[in-house]
Amino acid sequence: MIHRFLPLIVTIAVLVVGFLLCALQFPNFASLRVVGNLLTDNAFLGITAIGMTFVILSGGIDLSVGAVIGFTTVLLAVLIEQGGWDPPAAFAAALLAAALFGAAMGAIIHVFRMPPFIVTLAGMFVARGMAFVLTTDSLPINHPLYGELNDVAWRFDGGGKLSLPAMVLLVVLALAVVLAHWTRFGANLYALGGNRQSAELMGVPVARTTVAVYTLSGLLAGLAGIVFSLYTGAGYSLAATGVELDTITAVVIGGAQLTGGYGYVLGTFAGVLIQGLIQTYITFDGTLSSWWTKIAIGALLFVFILLQKGLLAAWTGRGGEPAEA
Amino acid sequence: MTPYSPQPSAPLLAIRGLSKAFLGVQALDGVDFTLRHGEIHALLGENGAGKSTLIKTLTGVYRRDAGTVALEGREIAPRGVEEAQRLHIGTVYQEVNLLPNLSVAENLFLGRQPMRFGFVDRGAMRRRARAVLSGFGLSVDVTAPLGRFSVATQQIVAIARAVDMSAKALILDEPTASLDAQEVAVLFGVLRALKGRGIGIVFVTHFLDQVYAVCDRITVLRNGRLVGERRTEDLPRLDLVAMMLGRELEAAAHRIAADPAADTQAGTDARPPLVRFRGFGKARSVEPFDLDIRPGEVVGLAGLLGSGRTETVRLVFGMDRADRGEAAVDGRTLRLRGPREAIRLGFGFCPEDRKKEGIVGELSVRENIVLALQARQGWLRPIPRRRQEEIADRFIRLLDIRTPDAERPIQLLSGGNQQKALLARWLATEPRLLILDEPTRGIDVGAHAEIIRLIERLCADGMALLVVSSELEEIVAYSRRVVVLRDRRHVAELRGGEVTVDRIVSAIASEPVPAGPEGAPA
Ligand SMILES: Nc1ncnc2c1ncn2[C@@H]1O[C@H](COP(=O)(O)OP(=O)(O)OP(=O)(O)O)[C@@H](O)[C@H]1O
Ligand SMILES: [Mg+2]
Repeated sequence: MIHRFLPLIVTIAVLVVGFLLCALQFPNFASLRVVGNLLTDNAFLGITAIGMTFVILSGGIDLSVGAVIGFTTVLLAVLIEQGGWDPPAAFAAALLAAALFGAAMGAIIHVFRMPPFIVTLAGMFVARGMAFVLTTDSLPINHPLYGELNDVAWRFDGGGKLSLPAMVLLVVLALAVVLAHWTRFGANLYALGGNRQSAELMGVPVARTTVAVYTLSGLLAGLAGIVFSLYTGAGYSLAATGVELDTITAVVIGGAQLTGGYGYVLGTFAGVLIQGLIQTYITFDGTLSSWWTKIAIGALLFVFILLQKGLLAAWTGRGGEPAEA
Repeated sequence: MTPYSPQPSAPLLAIRGLSKAFLGVQALDGVDFTLRHGEIHALLGENGAGKSTLIKTLTGVYRRDAGTVALEGREIAPRGVEEAQRLHIGTVYQEVNLLPNLSVAENLFLGRQPMRFGFVDRGAMRRRARAVLSGFGLSVDVTAPLGRFSVATQQIVAIARAVDMSAKALILDEPTASLDAQEVAVLFGVLRALKGRGIGIVFVTHFLDQVYAVCDRITVLRNGRLVGERRTEDLPRLDLVAMMLGRELEAAAHRIAADPAADTQAGTDARPPLVRFRGFGKARSVEPFDLDIRPGEVVGLAGLLGSGRTETVRLVFGMDRADRGEAAVDGRTLRLRGPREAIRLGFGFCPEDRKKEGIVGELSVRENIVLALQARQGWLRPIPRRRQEEIADRFIRLLDIRTPDAERPIQLLSGGNQQKALLARWLATEPRLLILDEPTRGIDVGAHAEIIRLIERLCADGMALLVVSSELEEIVAYSRRVVVLRDRRHVAELRGGEVTVDRIVSAIASEPVPAGPEGAPA
């Protein structure tokens, strides 16, 4: 029997083996500092990808997340630097705006039965557009609290540290795992992604669940935007361009099915780290063009999709094709 | 039979004047229906009569146009399945296959998972899932994804889920379509126990034997209208059929359905076989078997679920690749490389799991009917629209497919009518060998007789037929030869006069050498 966690195990195995190979080549690699940086550098990506995992599990997609991150950074910069808001108030406003934005997209998707791809693509343009309306420049954020927050870290011996963004990522990860597997909402997401009609006839509240999952994705993109603005110390309307594709990649490498119903939050986390690992490797190497990151990730994505397809066929029983010619 | 009767003043469910129209179709027209405490109530009617619509309107899947529903005297209007479930009405809808990606336990408890400290208690869920299923004589790994199990097991899980939720009323829309006799017996035991506890059960089926086996009362619908309600013991079978059809079932159809018919197939033995399999088999699927099928012949495959019937026909059609033995068509040995090749050889296959492997919901009835024919011709040579319409209209008439017109998306047809369209798809290709896996499941009595008559006619024209069916009477009615399977092996082959229900049953039950005709079906 093929174990149900096999796709997850394969992804984690790739991550571990990849890390060991890097460590063999570069003696400095296997250090808490590198691991800490890996988490910090990819925190915003990871947080966004976790939201994307839920959306994809439910059988949808959210192309607006990168734009929402960009919008959030600009909103924060404008509120704090030009409006004189306290950062915590600005954070709350940004989270609220992002969540409402997601909820609106979810409602449109459900009520008008529109494909999520189209609705969130439109959402992407709207969010990016609103960021540009606020400002086209890169606005630095110089509030003292930003400096303090950036110093918050759990330090280890030998120079490693767990920064605030990394901590946020790990907390979100833990909550997300619980949400996916120990709440009714999580079960409803898997149900919706498995088969919408059956889920509805089994009493899953389809409307509520659809709106909730896009709200959650918006909220997490907003949180990622906050982390991103902490990390870069600025608000920029072009920030995080293309991040929606990186997150989808992480979700797929993590073992989820793009058609919904199959996948794990932990897998996505591993998928994010694998991408980060490739990037770190290329930085360590120093001679390779950073475009090799994209090529390596592309190849990996392709291999993973093939692998997953094979596993799934074996997992659900017969591997045969349907009868239709 | 004296049902449980504390007789509270109001009936369990009182439906009055329920109406529902879809674009151009009055699916329900002022229907009354009463479900009492502690009764099993059959809801019967032809394909498209409005049975499933009644159930969906009652449970809030569809919004009703008019009418009232009262649960124990209190008016209800659930706006969705969730609300109906909270009123303790559990339903198995006709098209529900549950969720293949969730585990068995998750399917059973979706939306009502046992909670502890605000979180799903997965351990308790597994334990309760095992307990619930053991009531149905099923012991499976409840953590495995449901999609891995047979259609029958999935159906039992769906029923178990509904039963476990139905503290007041249980509604089953053709729940037995994929079950074998034993599983049906277990289900009936469960239903009787529920009835003893005062729960009311609505039971939709096309198997009249099952109606007479468990139901206390019968309500018949025709074309969306109520025909009448009767006590089962007051309604002889022929009268019931007349109520459903609005006419007597024609005598001719009756004869064919009832008598072992061999006349049209006489003399087929002399012909050279159309297909010939020797030592054909596949590891972990079916043991090697020999099988000849001659033109004009009907060969039945009988056996319990999981005995290898479906696996056999999948091998014959090339859907699974055999790893031993050889196949010959028209005396020429060849490799069956896949369904495409089988279709080119003039084979047709109407699968058991029609939801997954059959209809294309968004396409029209016409497009669904010509699909296989077009595929065989190749997509580069489109069948002219006029010709498509002719073919579609012919089969709509021939099989009495109830649809306002051929252009309607097939998913809007009733379950039984979708099935007839699927059968039409393969008949339209005029195959030399047609393989049918449970061809009459979900098809009403009238159409059932039509289909059997059509099969006879096609065989007279030289078509060969391989049929898998759990209904032994049906197999006996039209098969000239019956291959009996057990434990993934072909254990007996009955021919001519040996083809009787008793012989088949004893071959399934006994050791490989078939004993004399004795023992009755369970
Ligand atoms: N969603 C829908 N949209 C349009 N027409 C529909 C829809 N659902 C059902 N109908 C039509 O309503 C009529 C009644 O269908 P229904 O499914 O209730 O029949 P049924 O009695 O359950 O038949 P069967 O025995 O074949 O399952 C049919 O003519 C069908 O085409
Ligand atoms: Mg129906």
